[in-house]
Amino acid sequence: MAIFSVYVVNKAGGLIYQYDNYVAKAEVEKTFSYPLDVVLKHHDEKVVVSFGQRDGIRVGHAVLSINGADVNGKNTAEGKDILEYLKDPSNYPVSIRFGRARLSSNEKLMLASMFHSLFAIGSQLSPEVGSSGIEMLETDVFKLHCYQTLTGIKFIVLADPRQSGIDALLRKIYEIYSDFALKNPFYSLEMPIRCELFDQNLKSALEIAEKAGNFGTGS
Amino acid sequence: MTIHNLYIFDRNGNCLYYNEWNRKKQAGISKDEEFKLMYGMLFSIRSFVSKMSPLDMKDGFLSFQTSKYRLHYYETPSGLKFVVNTDLSVTNARDTLQHIYSNLYVEYIVKNPVCVLGHSLDSELFSSRLDAFIRALPYYSPRAA
Repeated sequence: MAIFSVYVVNKAGGLIYQYDNYVAKAEVEKTFSYPLDVVLKHHDEKVVVSFGQRDGIRVGHAVLSINGADVNGKNTAEGKDILEYLKDPSNYPVSIRFGRARLSSNEKLMLASMFHSLFAIGSQLSPEVGSSGIEMLETDVFKLHCYQTLTGIKFIVLADPRQSGIDALLRKIYEIYSDFALKNPFYSLEMPIRCELFDQNLKSALEIAEKAGNFGTGS
Repeated sequence: MTIHNLYIFDRNGNCLYYNEWNRKKQAGISKDEEFKLMYGMLFSIRSFVSKMSPLDMKDGFLSFQTSKYRLHYYETPSGLKFVVNTDLSVTNARDTLQHIYSNLYVEYIVKNPVCVLGHSLDSELFSSRLDAFIRALPYYSPRAA
């Protein structure tokens, strides 16, 4: 999956649309016996690995499920506190699945607003006159592209660093937004987008872009 | 092809060094505030990137670009942050920043018994060597009049 996700942010910095296209790859399930050799701690309402990186379990990975049952924040599926549960030797051997924590909707909202501010600061700190905000942010595993329209809406796409044609994709998403969200009489401006046709057309535009991108970066 | 300015921050957010070669627009706030804003922005970008990333990252945030400039970022394992703003034609200044760290900072600051780490870098030798190095880069050209 070369295009990971799409975010649409309104003028005020609030997230109005979000679409995820990737499958979490790095999940590891292992059976442990007492005592546990990875050190866990509470972080942001989740239980994460703080020490003891090995075998695909990295620092920062969260506990996703215990004995097959998905965890619920800091508690197991039955409601018991995870750290207390794991301190009790009678609960072993236990099978725990670790992986990168999925972002909750609240976290996505916060991150979208955070990017909205960073975009503006990028423009303020510019050493050149007339700079826009952050249009492309690069890391070693993904590239974030942002297109801000004249009305202040930002379209943000996270993709593989080698994926090409994202600028065209951003313009295409703007077109889809104006066709299926703005022209929808039941849609109010700046509100979360809940239009089926927008979802469908966005998904097909992403598929086309992925195929075209791979074609370009191929042979 | 040009380099606008360079910042060096330590792990606590203090700006150890700043120099500009080709800056056309000031930020409109005092230098101290600008350093704090720059450090805060980088700190937030790093945290943003680690949460947003779909896969585990090795190097983390590398650079960002706007319509007029590109900011390159390099962080050492000791928490030292090297930031350089260039124009859009420079695609990868990471090697440059790495060179500045290992061949200039380590040689002239860390190995200098008089320089106290954590304070502003006021070694003349460091400044002049850094300036010479930047001017000798293939992508540096003096500001057009």
